Amino acid sequence: MNELFQLILSGITVGFIYALVGMGFTVIYNSSGIINFSQGEFVMAGGMSAVFLLKAGMPFWLAFSLSILITAILGIVLWKLIDLSKERSVISMIILTLGYSIALRGLAEVIFDKELHTLPSFVGDGAFEIYGATLTYQALLVIFISIIIVLFLYIFFKKTKTGKAMMATSDNIDSAKLMGIDIKKILMLNFAISAIIASIGGLLLAPITSTNYEIGIMLGLKGFSAAVIGGLSQPFGAVVGGLILGISESLVAGYISSEYKDAVAFVALLGILFFMPGGIFSNLKAKRI
Amino acid sequence: MEKSIIKIILAIMLFCGVSLIASSIKIGALVSATGPASFIGDPELKTLKLYVKKINEAGGVNGQKIELVYYDTGANPRKAVSFTKRLISQDKVVAIIGPSTTGETMAIIPFIQRKKIPLLSMGGGIPIIKPVKKWVFKIVATDRMACQKIMGYMKKKGITKIGMISGSGGFGKSMRKQCKDVAPSYGIKILADETYGKKDADMTSQLIKIKNIPGIQAVLNPGFGQGPAIVTKNYRQLKIPYPLYESHGVASKKYIEIAGKAAENVIVVAPPVVVADKLSDNNPLKKVCMSYTKEYKKAYHSDIASFGGHAYDSLYAIVSVIKSEHSTNPKKIRDGLEKLKNFVGIDGIANMSSKDHLGLNPKTGLVLLKVKNGDWSIIEE
Repeated sequence: MNELFQLILSGITVGFIYALVGMGFTVIYNSSGIINFSQGEFVMAGGMSAVFLLKAGMPFWLAFSLSILITAILGIVLWKLIDLSKERSVISMIILTLGYSIALRGLAEVIFDKELHTLPSFVGDGAFEIYGATLTYQALLVIFISIIIVLFLYIFFKKTKTGKAMMATSDNIDSAKLMGIDIKKILMLNFAISAIIASIGGLLLAPITSTNYEIGIMLGLKGFSAAVIGGLSQPFGAVVGGLILGISESLVAGYISSEYKDAVAFVALLGILFFMPGGIFSNLKAKRI
Repeated sequence: MEKSIIKIILAIMLFCGVSLIASSIKIGALVSATGPASFIGDPELKTLKLYVKKINEAGGVNGQKIELVYYDTGANPRKAVSFTKRLISQDKVVAIIGPSTTGETMAIIPFIQRKKIPLLSMGGGIPIIKPVKKWVFKIVATDRMACQKIMGYMKKKGITKIGMISGSGGFGKSMRKQCKDVAPSYGIKILADETYGKKDADMTSQLIKIKNIPGIQAVLNPGFGQGPAIVTKNYRQLKIPYPLYESHGVASKKYIEIAGKAAENVIVVAPPVVVADKLSDNNPLKKVCMSYTKEYKKAYHSDIASFGGHAYDSLYAIVSVIKSEHSTNPKKIRDGLEKLKNFVGIDGIANMSSKDHLGLNPKTGLVLLKVKNGDWSIIEE
């Protein structure tokens, strides 16, 4: 019983890590239909630039806000590149994001280094004990901030004018244009928001998983899986998707074998794509193609 | 017009003539300076460049300068093979150092054997030198030796039942196999054998399983990169009471930095160069390890990575053979390497023979460390 509880707690921790990365995918997909494969690299950029700004002697708050700013700029640059490209098909834009991710990884290797780094945890290294199972303070912080981001995005998309303009853009780009919405500005804002979410993820995850120039590959893949399971179009879906992935991985590793852990996660992903191609929330919302 | 052509031809002839007179000893190197094994190849290449420069500044070998011809394989065996071909047929090197990984080495061995050029591999795996291949050597502590060192210590401490949690990357996989192989000869039973992926962010599930198996006295974690640091953190988070043993894959200050307080009291098997300044004065390796640590830090303003030692040893083994044989003939170098005796390197003291192309024994090549107050302390030299 005790064991099951700890396994579920571990699964929730991992699940929210995936969710935090996965949410960024949904923001961009929601407005443009693009799957941004450099999302993982944004997470890396946030964590790594904070590491090196701290090393350069900056105080915490400055290093962290600067690294979020840097990542936001990287997001905007990606949007500019997409905007400049002559080929307008979604596929070619997705390939562009893939190329951008490789470029970012290479740049990080050159500008920073190839070593592992960690950030100090904001809340200390300790852990809560609940019925004999443990949950670290940092994991709790990840869960807390993820929930705040989901709420923020919900309010932003539903209640603010800019958010509504984004939803309108995602629903029908041509009528949005006719209504006088500045599509380009909206999309640019979208890329910036998604990069900011990713960089917050990078700052929060570095104390748990540590970070290096290629950490984005791993986080990006799992975050993408979480977003796909949740239907790609809702930040909340990414959280549920992340939890499904995280908890199933943890239970399989604990009760069956750690060798099958990843296989089961991918089977879960395949199963959901097969039976519910729009993700588990597909019937709740009109899906984009 | 004609005159200028003649001038050019003359210039080319002159150039060739000059290069003939000052002919240098060409030593090839294959390193994974970029890509997934860059953490190994990068310090290796830096070490090679640094010491080739030093040797040349001191007058070279037998009056000839060394020319280092190196290629970055990116840890890709196919690239390693094509660069080997280029080193041998185009660059005409007399010996090759590298590649950095076991997989690449195994891929180029058939070609090396056919072309008859001596190879000093920097890969850690056993298959490179077992069975013995005529042209292939290495002066690198193997993961089997690391297992022997750890389990020898466990036996002394009366530990007979352990749990293992291994990384599923190449490093963890190979060491896991070697440890399972040597365990019975130390009377050690492995009660749990868990793994984790390179990409995993949390290992508590596997560790709970180990925690709940009755009778376990210690846990061993072969692995590389961030994995072991996460294992260490989760291990403390779950308050598992047994001692934790880590492999030489984490034998750098980086591990203590990343795992933080959780690393306290973890026992790590490591090459002696990691703690050069803490070795006892009668340790024969102390001098070479100290000077390497100092020179490297001076040149690159960063701490050494133990992998660089492989490059240092390989380079100096070749240099000492060229000196003793007074020849740069590949065949002579090979024969000389096989006769190498009491060669004091960073990775240990090498004694080669026609039956042993590794020449190291675990007694001199590895030390056991314990993390105390955020620093290493030696518990067994």
